[in-house]
Amino acid sequence: MSAPGPGEGVRHVSLRSGVYADSVRLMQVSRDVGAREGVIAVLVAMATPLNVDLAAGMGFTPDRTPSPDQLLIAVRAVDDDVLAAAVAAVDAALAERERSRASADAQPARTIAAGLDDLEGDGPALAIVSVPGQYAALEAADAIAAGRSVLVFSDGVPVEQEVALKRAAHEAGVLVMGPDCGTAIVSGVALGFANVVRPGPVGVVAASGTGAQQVSCLLDAAGVGVSHVLGVGGRDLSEAVGGLATLDALSALDADPATERVLVVSKPPAPSVAEAVARAAAGLSTPVRSAALSPETPDLTAAVEALLGDLGLDVPIWPSRPGPAEAALPGAVLKGLYSGGTLADEAMLIAAPVLGDVRSNTPLRPELDLGTDLSAAGHVVVDFGDDALTVGRAHPMIDPTLRLEAIARLAASGEPAVLLLDVVLGHGADADPAAALAPALTAARAQAHLPVVVALVGTEADPQGWSRQADALAAAGAAVFASNAAATRYALDLLGASR
Amino acid sequence: MSLGGLLDGPPAVVAAGVEVFSGALRAQGASVADVDWRPPTIGDPADLTALALDPRRAAANRTAVERVLAAGSVLTDVRPARETLGLEGRVLLHSGPPLTWEAASGPMRGALIGACLFEGWASTVEEAEALLASGGVTLDPCHHHSAVGPMAGVTSPSMWTWCLEDPVNGGTAYCNLNEGLGKVLRMGAFNEEVLTRLAWMRDVLGPLLSRAVRSMAEPLDVKSVLAQMLQMGDEGHNRNRAGSLMTLRELSPAIVALDAPSAETAAALAFIGGNEHFFLNLGMPTAKLAMDAARDVPGSTMVTVMARNGTEFGVQTAGTGDRWFTGPAQTPVGLFLGDYGPEDANPDIGDSAIMETYGVGGFSMAAAPAIVRFVGGSVPDALATTERMYQLTLAENPAMAIPILGFRGAPTGIDVLSVARTGWLPQINTGMAGRVAGTGQVGAGLVQPPRECFEQALAALAQEARAAA
Repeated sequence: MSAPGPGEGVRHVSLRSGVYADSVRLMQVSRDVGAREGVIAVLVAMATPLNVDLAAGMGFTPDRTPSPDQLLIAVRAVDDDVLAAAVAAVDAALAERERSRASADAQPARTIAAGLDDLEGDGPALAIVSVPGQYAALEAADAIAAGRSVLVFSDGVPVEQEVALKRAAHEAGVLVMGPDCGTAIVSGVALGFANVVRPGPVGVVAASGTGAQQVSCLLDAAGVGVSHVLGVGGRDLSEAVGGLATLDALSALDADPATERVLVVSKPPAPSVAEAVARAAAGLSTPVRSAALSPETPDLTAAVEALLGDLGLDVPIWPSRPGPAEAALPGAVLKGLYSGGTLADEAMLIAAPVLGDVRSNTPLRPELDLGTDLSAAGHVVVDFGDDALTVGRAHPMIDPTLRLEAIARLAASGEPAVLLLDVVLGHGADADPAAALAPALTAARAQAHLPVVVALVGTEADPQGWSRQADALAAAGAAVFASNAAATRYALDLLGASR
Repeated sequence: MSLGGLLDGPPAVVAAGVEVFSGALRAQGASVADVDWRPPTIGDPADLTALALDPRRAAANRTAVERVLAAGSVLTDVRPARETLGLEGRVLLHSGPPLTWEAASGPMRGALIGACLFEGWASTVEEAEALLASGGVTLDPCHHHSAVGPMAGVTSPSMWTWCLEDPVNGGTAYCNLNEGLGKVLRMGAFNEEVLTRLAWMRDVLGPLLSRAVRSMAEPLDVKSVLAQMLQMGDEGHNRNRAGSLMTLRELSPAIVALDAPSAETAAALAFIGGNEHFFLNLGMPTAKLAMDAARDVPGSTMVTVMARNGTEFGVQTAGTGDRWFTGPAQTPVGLFLGDYGPEDANPDIGDSAIMETYGVGGFSMAAAPAIVRFVGGSVPDALATTERMYQLTLAENPAMAIPILGFRGAPTGIDVLSVARTGWLPQINTGMAGRVAGTGQVGAGLVQPPRECFEQALAALAQEARAAA
């Protein structure tokens, strides 16, 4: 192959002002661009007389007199396409900076923006924010501005801030998960409170943290895995937020090749928002099933069973541990002490048609509000994960203190009752919840005739191990169910309530 | 919607807050970076959030900082301040935010006295003091006249000014000529030596520079000189050695070609060559051009001015026009000349913090290891300082590359919100003037703005953001 003569090819010669780079850097750029296929000659250099002469010798003559402060870019290539690409490559090479930190003590990132800036690794970047609620939007806004999705674990984020964040995220084409719904599984990575479940075809959109954990664990028990679980925040399907994140999550799962079915889990949604979500779901190519709790559809387990039917699979016998044979207690009351808000809602929705009104700190209807007296008499379900009870303390899935106190108080009260509890396993949760709970149950049952029913949400692969926890709780006298709906119905049976 | 590739593979996570979640992620083998988060120490949380959620902010800051990065700076002329700054009658410009004679510090008073003597408005120090105390001289900040001045920044009608233009955004900026080191007006000295030098600059140097600059076929690209300085051990604020020599190299052929009396030519060249800060008065208006290009961008939280008058430190932002947010000037910490000590130092003074506002000076300390000890630091301190400043700023200036950081661009465009959130204040690298009028320079060191400036700026920006919503 003969070297092309100085007259061949097409040329580009330009001068740039206000750009300075040292000569070694420029030689590197010239060499790298010169190595591109179809590039015949390249000179990128400060326009000193020496370099201008060099350029002239290579057949490049600028159309105006260069000054030594200017950058001379001269490229010759076989055709116009190669030439344009080569000039673009020069620009890109000049813009590129090494990010060598070897010599500097790395300064810790103080903000999500700085953390994202420093992030290494190939995967999609994602931010998790669990700072106090009044600062959460500050950090979350960084992620959105950087074009990254964010899981806001913090609670106490004002709803107008949630709306502003979710609008900005929609504009930026990213997702805000949360706030106050600390669960997500993204491509198998569990964020916040989430269980170790197998990979599979079901995508979950959840405006409910423990609701998402319940359905993903039941699917796992049925041998069905999840592609992703996107927790969109407990208020996402409220009138105020209008399903902003749910709609974006649905459309992302629809586009995701790993997702073949979608399940939408939520506490009772605002009717108008539920309609909007249903309309959006109908327009997707991926089938979407709703597991939104309502008086008509009170049961997450039933929704999972229906999804298994969609997949042509049999419904398994959900894992459980029978409790001791205990006589029904006609006239006793239901005491549900929950750490998961959606599980508490589900229990109330299932119990209310049978027992009548159930009072709560997170009531189904405002007139059933318990106020501050969590040990009130009668049918009561308490959600210890509610914002008002987590101010200044960790979530009850981490810190069981308040609930253990309530159990002891109940046993001491003498009120005939059936105790219904949830225990949620997985990443982020108490490393061994039965270690504290089982002795407390034993002590309570020694003091009073107190049948105990536990909804144990988790998988065998969870760090705590479903069976290990179930056995420990059963040994303390509890009946244990993987399904919260099944646990609730068992408690109703113990109450002798007809259903 | 693909959510930016969120679902394409296992995510790499940045976590701020409770450590249990990053621990759980690490246990899964996920890539996790923890943020060293702490509650903001400046500003009301509601104000900070209002700004973070202001839908205008991201685009406004991008606009502001892009104007800063795009701005150029060429030297077009040298003319008396009377003409360039419109100083009619008895008007003196000074550095920093607005100031009265009563509030003026020692070096500021010294410089104002010296300027009155230099202009012939008074024949003795006492007369000058009386004139200034009586309000017989109008005082106005340089920044109100598209100008900047180092230290006291006192600019009087007969002083010559560099005239710089931004060919990209079309702005102009001015700065007086640098007098050198030691007993100089800008440090508050006003003795015979100072006044003699000022007269020579007025009568000989200024006219020579003016004719030389006008005779140059291509105007000097000052931004390019500044960029090259960072490759040569200068940071453009407290070390201007390479920049001054490059300026001498660029100007001397034109000066020599003027056919002025050879003694004058020799004196001018010797003066420029002997003054390691000669370039500072070209670097400052270059930074001023860039920062002025970003003025008046509603919704932007970027700082456009940091300036001190020896009594107060003042800040302006792109989103709040020409409003000053002020607090008490701090006293720099550093090293002292001769037997001067900390008790001799005046609080922070000068418009030269425009260099840090532009991302050089203290922000680019990593570029100037040769002077870190002079300001009382070490090389690792310098690297750490620049690394921290990246977390306060909106962009990296590709034109101002820092060799030791792998030619990373200088951290540019201070975001008031980032200052509040990180708790790190901007780092300024500065000279120190003597506290007593007439003393001159006593040392050099490091200083930070008072928090009050940023507290006020945040409150004003938040109020503006709410009004716009």
